[in-house]
Amino acid sequence: MTAEKMSLAKALNESLRKSLETDPKVLVMGEDVGKLGGVFRITDGLQKDFGEDRVIDTPLAESGIVGTAIGLALRGYRPVVEIQFDGFVFPAYDQIVTQLAKMHARALGKVKMPVVVRIPYGGGIGAVEHHSESPEALFAHVAGLKVVSPSNASDGYWMLQQAIQSDDPVIFFEPKRRYWDKAEVDTEAIPDPLHAARVARTGTDLTLAAYGPMVKVCLEAAAAAQEEGKSVEVIDLRSMSPIDFDAVQRSVEKTGRLVVVHEAPVFYGSGAEIAARITERCFYHLEAPVLRVGGFHAPYPPARVEEEYLPGLDRVLDAVDRSLAY
Amino acid sequence: MTVESTAASKPRRSSKRVSAVAEKGAAASAEQGVAASPAKAAAKRAAARKSAARPQQAGQRGEQAGRQAEPELVQLLTPEGERVEHPDYDVDLSTEELRGLYRDMVLTRRFDSEATALQRQGELGLWASLLGQEAAQIGSGRALRDDDYVFPTYREHGVAWCRGVDPTNLLGMFRGVNHGGWDPNSNNFHLYTIVIGSQTLHATGYAMGVAKDGADSAVIAYFGDGASSQGDVAEAFTFSAVYNAPVVFFCQNNQWAISEPTERQTRVPLYQRARGFGFPGIRVDGNDVLACLAVTRSALERARRGEGPTLVEAFTYRMGAHTTSDDPTRYRHDDERQAWEAKDPILRLRRFLEAQGHADEAFFTALDEESDVLAKRVREAVRAMPDPDDMSMFDHVYADGHALVDEERAEFAAYQASFADASQEGK
Repeated sequence: MTAEKMSLAKALNESLRKSLETDPKVLVMGEDVGKLGGVFRITDGLQKDFGEDRVIDTPLAESGIVGTAIGLALRGYRPVVEIQFDGFVFPAYDQIVTQLAKMHARALGKVKMPVVVRIPYGGGIGAVEHHSESPEALFAHVAGLKVVSPSNASDGYWMLQQAIQSDDPVIFFEPKRRYWDKAEVDTEAIPDPLHAARVARTGTDLTLAAYGPMVKVCLEAAAAAQEEGKSVEVIDLRSMSPIDFDAVQRSVEKTGRLVVVHEAPVFYGSGAEIAARITERCFYHLEAPVLRVGGFHAPYPPARVEEEYLPGLDRVLDAVDRSLAY
Repeated sequence: MTVESTAASKPRRSSKRVSAVAEKGAAASAEQGVAASPAKAAAKRAAARKSAARPQQAGQRGEQAGRQAEPELVQLLTPEGERVEHPDYDVDLSTEELRGLYRDMVLTRRFDSEATALQRQGELGLWASLLGQEAAQIGSGRALRDDDYVFPTYREHGVAWCRGVDPTNLLGMFRGVNHGGWDPNSNNFHLYTIVIGSQTLHATGYAMGVAKDGADSAVIAYFGDGASSQGDVAEAFTFSAVYNAPVVFFCQNNQWAISEPTERQTRVPLYQRARGFGFPGIRVDGNDVLACLAVTRSALERARRGEGPTLVEAFTYRMGAHTTSDDPTRYRHDDERQAWEAKDPILRLRRFLEAQGHADEAFFTALDEESDVLAKRVREAVRAMPDPDDMSMFDHVYADGHALVDEERAEFAAYQASFADASQEGK
C-alpha cells in the first residue's frame, strides 16, 4: 500500500497530473489554470510540466470554455475544464445543457462527449456573492449529464480520474471548503465505482445521507449522537446523477429512518428526489417521514450570516431528534 | 449624437411590431426631415434596404447614420451573368466544374422546394428553406476539402449536399424521428445545431484540436446575421483569434433573423466585426457562386497556412420564410423580395453558361429530369421513414450507461408489455 496523507486540493492536483501523464488526449483548460495554477491552486505546476498546449489558459468566457471543449471532444480530446466558482457556471449553462448533455443522443450514439467540468462549489469560506453556491440539482436534472462530488481526498484522487475516463460529460463539484482537509490517499488501491455510494459510518437507528461538504458535518453529527446513545449511519452519496438508491435503500431498510443533508436550498433539491424515491422503495420500512436539512429559498446570504444558512451540527442533530421522535 | 441614437431614445409604443416600424421610421424621417407614419416608414425602410443592397448607392445613408460607407462586395459574376474581374479573388474553372456548380444549386433548390411541399402536406413538422442562399452554400461548400470539417446551423442543406450527406438524412429531425441522426464523422459534417451560434464555439474547439494534431485541414462554421449578436459567436471570435485556430466563420447575412432585420443586430457591416478581434473580414456577394467559392477557398487556405481565422460575410437574401412556421408578409415588403429575385444566384449562372455556350438546352432538360428523380426519391424516403421505436428514447442518453435510465427503461418496458398481456387476456 502506497498511502499518503494529502489535502483534497493536492489529491485533485495529483489526479490531474496522473491523467495528463496517462492519456495524451487529456487537456486541462480554464481561466488562470496555467501560470497561476488556478485560484485554488488545483492545477498548480501542471502547465510547467505539461506545457501550454496541454494546460491551457483561456479567455474569461465560460461559454467559450465549455463550447470549445465540446469541439475538442469532437476532435478526440478529453478536456477537463475548470469553472472558477459555482456562480460563474451560468454563462456556460447553455452550452452544458443544450449542447454537451445532448450531443451523444443527437448523434444516435455516434459521438462521445468525454468532457469534465470541474466546479469548486459551496459555502463556508467567507466569500462574496456568486462564490458559495450549490447548483448541483440544476445539472442533475438534465439527462445526459453525470454529476458527482467527492467529500474527501481519496475520493478526489480517484473520482476525478474516473470522471476523465468516462465517455460521458461529468459535472465534477469540488467542495471548496474541504480543499485543505487532509486524508489518507492510497494511490494503488482499487477504487469504488464512480457512482457507488459509500457507507462512511455504520449505525442502526437512523441514516444520514449527504455528499460533498456535508459528509463531514454528518460524521460529526453521528459522533455527537453516539454520545447520546443513538447509532447513526452515514452514507456518502458521492454521485448525484445517477444516485445509488440501492445503497440508500439497504441502509434505510436497516435503520427505518432517513435524513438527507445538503447545502443547496431544500426546495426542489436533491433531498426531495431522494425522499420521494426512498419513500417509494421503503414505504413499509420507514418509521418516520424522510426529513431534509439544507439551505433556504433565498439567495446565498452575505458571509457574515452564512453559518446560519448552512446546515451545521445543531440543525442536523435537530433533524435526527425529530425523526427519532416519530 | 447620431441620427440612430436619437431614434433609439424615443419612447417605445405599446405594440412591439408598431414600435419596431416606428423606430425605423423615425430614423428614416430624421434623415429626411419629415414626419413618418408607420406605413410610410415601412415603405421608406424597404427603399432604404434596397439601396443598402446596392453598394454604390449606399454611401450617403451609411455616412449619415454615423457608419462607414457600405463596402463593395467581392463579385465575379454580375446579376446579368457577366464575368467580372476582382483584384484579389479569382477562380479558374473548367466548363464541367461550372456546370457542376449549376447542377448543385438546381438540385439543392429542388430538394428544398420538395421539403417545403412535404411540410405543407403534413409529412414534415417544420422546414427551414434555403431558397435564395444556394450560391453562398454551394460556393463555400465546394471550396472545402474532404478532410475539412463543417459545423452547420439548421439551414445548410446545400453545404450538406456538397459534403455528400444523403439529403434524406437531413429530414429526420424535421419529420420528428430524431434530433440529428447522422454520424458527423462519416462526412465531416456536424449535426444541425438549432440553438443560434452555439456551433461556432464547437467549430473553434475542433479547429484548436486540428492545430494540436498538426493537421493541415480547416474548419468552417456557418451562422447567420442574427447569430452574430449572440455571445457565443463573440466568444468564438475571441478564442479562435487568441489560439490562431484554423477556422473560417461563414456568416450568411440573409438580411432577416426571423422578423428582425440586420440593422437590429449591428451598427457596422458584419464583416467589419472581425477587425476588432484581430482577424480579417470580407464581404462577398452571397448570390454569386463563383465569388463565394473564391473567397472561401482563400480563407480556408489562409487557415491551413496557420494564419488563423477569417470572417466571411456572404451578403445574400432569404427569399422564403424563416421556417414554414413563419409569415414574412407581416414584416417585409414584396418589393424587397422582387429586388433580390433579380439577383437570383441560379439565374445568373445560367445566363453566364448560356452566353458562354457552356450548356445547351439538353443539359438543362437533363437536369430538370434529374431534379424530378431527386424530388421523387426524397418524397418516397420521407414517407417511408419509420417512427422510432418507443424504447429508443432511452438509447444513447449516456455512453457509459446510467442507473436511472436503466430503471426507467425497465419500468416503461413493463408498462408497455402490460398492454400486450391485456390484449392476450382478452382473446
